Formats: sequence, structure tokens, C-alpha cells
Amino acid sequence: MRLVAFALNENIPVLNQLTISELTARLAKREVSAREAMQSCLDQIKRVDSKIKAFLSFDVANALAQADAADQTLADGTTHAHQPLLGVPIAVKDVLAVKNQPLNCGSKILGKFISPYDATVIEKLKAAGAIVFGRLNMDEFAMGSSTENSAFQLTLNPWDTTRIPGGSSGGSAAAVVADEAIATLGSDTGGSIRQPAALCGCVGLKPTYGRVSRYGLVAFASSLDQIGSFTKNVRDAATLLGVISGQDPRDSTSVPQPVPNCTAALNGDIKGLKLGLPKEYMIGGLDVEVKNAVDAAVQQLQTLGAEVVEISLPHTDYAAATYYIIAPAEASANLARFDGIRYGLRVDGADPIELYSKTRGAGFGAEVKRRIILGTYVLSSGYYDAYYLRAQKVRTLIRRDFLKAFEQVDAIVTPTTPTAAFKVGEKSDDPLQMYLSDIFTISCNLAGICGLSIPCGFTGAQPSTPNYQPKLPIGLQLLGKPFGEETILKIAHAYEQSTSWHKEKPALTK
Amino acid sequence: MSATEIDVKYVAHLARLSLSPTEEQKLGAQLNHILGYIDKLKELDVSQVEPTAHAVPLVNVTRPDEIQPSISNEEALRNAPARANGLFMVPKIVE
Repeated sequence: MRLVAFALNENIPVLNQLTISELTARLAKREVSAREAMQSCLDQIKRVDSKIKAFLSFDVANALAQADAADQTLADGTTHAHQPLLGVPIAVKDVLAVKNQPLNCGSKILGKFISPYDATVIEKLKAAGAIVFGRLNMDEFAMGSSTENSAFQLTLNPWDTTRIPGGSSGGSAAAVVADEAIATLGSDTGGSIRQPAALCGCVGLKPTYGRVSRYGLVAFASSLDQIGSFTKNVRDAATLLGVISGQDPRDSTSVPQPVPNCTAALNGDIKGLKLGLPKEYMIGGLDVEVKNAVDAAVQQLQTLGAEVVEISLPHTDYAAATYYIIAPAEASANLARFDGIRYGLRVDGADPIELYSKTRGAGFGAEVKRRIILGTYVLSSGYYDAYYLRAQKVRTLIRRDFLKAFEQVDAIVTPTTPTAAFKVGEKSDDPLQMYLSDIFTISCNLAGICGLSIPCGFTGAQPSTPNYQPKLPIGLQLLGKPFGEETILKIAHAYEQSTSWHKEKPALTK
Repeated sequence: MSATEIDVKYVAHLARLSLSPTEEQKLGAQLNHILGYIDKLKELDVSQVEPTAHAVPLVNVTRPDEIQPSISNEEALRNAPARANGLFMVPKIVE
């Protein structure tokens, strides 16, 4: 029986394996129901989540009720032209508010918090007909690069469960790659979407700062945070961007830019587009297999008609130091709200100050404490100019590097990460080494531009060798101009359609 | 250029964060290591550079001051660790 089921799976993907466009096409023809699609994801979670632990929780009754409502809406004649995600199960990182669902940010300090409202992106997903379900594991308050800083559980990489999935949105990446959801949302402050997407092998899109409203996203570093998607292919990333984008009066940093229809741009034609290859990214510490995969991808892009030129981003080497001043500084201010008064954990004290200190000491984990102390220090009297103000000035130089490069090229191509997924525990005792695993993704947030990661190969033997087994995914990063998502999605789509990396599935999902 | 020694106990007080002596010691060593790395920013001459606080230069985003729908008192207090009479309960502040 088992063999028969396996053989069927090989030919006809089960519903949880489908992309958004494949699922909506079948829902539209009434070949399948939203309830069947949702149940298929829940079955997959039951089968594989004990191995990868992507989900912190999920509300089965609520998910199935949303699915039934979607089936009713379909039966009433609503089409995907009106509601592009009608009946599509989408899971979200534990940092986004979903009304009447838990919200913990991977932390103990929020206690049994239940969200009183929907984040704007959640409202938009629901308005588009999506089934929004589940709480996906993450590094506490999105601080980390491995999801090991979650206060609740270790999420593991679907390709190798002795390795980390990346972070901070590790649960969001692992869930998509393990086919536990059709797509997921995460957040990216210094690479927290692109890095786990690269290490797990899916498409991760960080839109331009200001493109997507952050109302209902728990703030980490407000001048850097952005919400984005994890999807099985580029078309789905374009579809989701169209749904979640747009100015929102409830987020004064969201920008009055028209909502892009990026799916229309996915025509495979990248002839004449100019791509920049920053020489500062091809450095020591870059794994040779990652370098080879990225070199091959660049060649493939040239074969498709793109022109590749070497560029320079001279302040690249200062990005990590700049980031680890600005992000902790903003975090130390944002996390002041977790004081045990209005919500979450409270540890009593003799006076309010003692109550605050004890609550925060008991509720926050080691990495969050590290960043609060670092951030408070760089903002404190006597050090502000030497650290924080200087970092803001270097940020200007980093942003200028990119704007200057974009006068010459349409997009920038780099590896997403210096190495493939590392082992659980490998970097958890050395914060600085952990911070440096983000060196290729951090600049994008400092500059406020858009970026994505797309699968571009695997470690291990080459596909041409006998008994080829893909081992660990490798990601290619495309960085685009401010509000230039259309261009990077177009390039990524052309590349994806000419390769088969995105079709590889980890053995445990089959 | 060497990093300034960070006074973890003092900074933790500013941040209203209680730390165990073991945490203080471990954090102190780690943060001095990180600050040592961060010191590389001093290599750059930024005397003529304006700081960037936000990547998107939006200024004075305002809206009309109008009453909008909002969550109820009951919903606002639902997550409170201690409450009474429709209010948050806190330790005594004024003698």
C-alpha cells in the first residue's frame, strides 16, 4: 500500500504540494475543495512537523471553518479574479497579529497573549480569500539567524534535520519547503526572510521598505523591518506581493506607491537587462560550493540575455557593524513596551521599577537581553555620537553605494549566504559569528531597497553525476532598486523557468 | 582602537532588565567582543556625511484628528496580567 501511495505522489502532486497558481486553478474548476486543500496541509503537518517543528501551534477548527467559508464563497460564484487567494492555506510567522489567535514572537514574555486585532497584511490576506492559519516558529523577537533563539522549540532544516533552517523566520521557510502550507509570511530586518529561504530552498521576498504596511507586525527595528513572503516559486511571490502591498493610514512609514501587478511582468524576457556583480561579495569565507553555484547562475542569466558587469559597493565591509548598532538601538526602544503592566508575563516587585526589571529578566531570552544591553549602551549619554550617530552616517554611505550602482545596473546579483545551512549549535555560543552569517543580506535593509532569494543549486555532487542526491540548498540573491520588485521578480522568474532547482523536494516531505 | 569596557550592571539598570551575576559576566565579555568588531566604523571619515534615520524620506505624515472605531475596554484588558474595575492593576506608585 505504501509503495502505491508513493508512486501516485510522484505523478500527481497531493494538494499540499501545489503552488498558489496550481491550487487556485484547480479550485476554480471545482476539481478540489478548499477544505480538501486545508486538510491536506493539516495531514502533512501531522506527518512531518514532529521532525522539523516549524509550527508553534495551529487552530484546526478555525482553519477548517475558514476553508468551508471559502468553499461557500466559491459556490456562490466568486472567482479568483476578485479574490486571488480564495481557498489558499497560508501560515504566518509568530510576529504578526491574527485576531483571536496567540501572538508570542517566539518569546515567553508575552505569556498567553491573544491578538485583539488583525495586522493589515492579515486583513488583506483574508480579504483576498486566503485561509490564514498557524503560528510559525522564529528567533525570539526576530533576533537571530538560526531560529535557535526561540523560547519554545528548535526548528530543523527539512533537508537535514541535524541543521538549522536559518532565521529568524525559520518556521516560515521550513513549513513551505516541507509542504505544510501553500505559502507563508515572515519578516525581514537584516535577512530574516532571504537567509532562511536560501538555507531551506524556497523563494523569499523582502519588499522595499515602505511597500507593505507593518501595522500589526511586532516591531523589532522600525527603520529596517519589512514583511514579506515565502513561496514555492516566483509567480506565487508576485501574486502575494500584489495582495499585501499598499499604503496604510495605520502605518505612517508605508509609502504612497501604486500596488504593483508583478505577475504581468513574468514573461521570461530579460534580454538587455543589466546585472551588477559586486566584487566585495566574492570574498574569503564564501564557501566554494556556494561560489560555484552562484557563478553558474550568473552564467545562466547571461545565456538568457542579461548583461553582467562587475560593480563596487565599497562600504560593504561596514554593513554588519552598522547594523549591529542600529538594529539593537531601535530594538531596545521598541522592546521597552514589554514591562509586565498591560499584557503578558508579570513578575511582581516591591515597586514598579523592580516589577519591570524582574519581568523583563525572567521573560526575555539571552539574545534579546544581549541586544537590549547593546542597544541601550550605544544610545546612552556619552556614547550616542560615537556609536549610534556614526552608524547612521555610515548607513548613508551604504545607501549611496547602492543608489550609485543602480544608476548603472537594473539589479544586483550576489550569494544570499556565505555558506549552506550550518549545524544546530555550531554558532550558538558565538554571537559575533552568528551575526556575520548575515553579511550578504544586511545592506539591503540598511539601504531600504528590495531583495529576494531564489534556489540556485545544492551542495553535494553535480546533477550530471550518477545517483545524484541534492544535499543542502544554495540561494541566489537579487537586489533591486527602491520599489523595483517587478524587475527582480522578472529576472528570478526567467532564471527559475530555465532551471529545475525549485522542483527538488526534501526526502522527508515525500 | 580598543573598545570601551561596557558597564553591564549600569546599562542593565537603564534598560530595566534584571540580570544574574553569571549573565552579567557572560554578557560583558560577549559585548566587549562585539564592540571591538563594531569599532571598525571608526576607520571611516564621516565628518561631512548626513545621518540616515529612515531609508524612505517621508516627512510630517499626518491625518485628520477624527474619532475612529477602536477596540472595547474589555478587549483592551483581555491580556492584562492584573485588572480591576475596567483598569490595569499596578503596584502602588504614590505613598
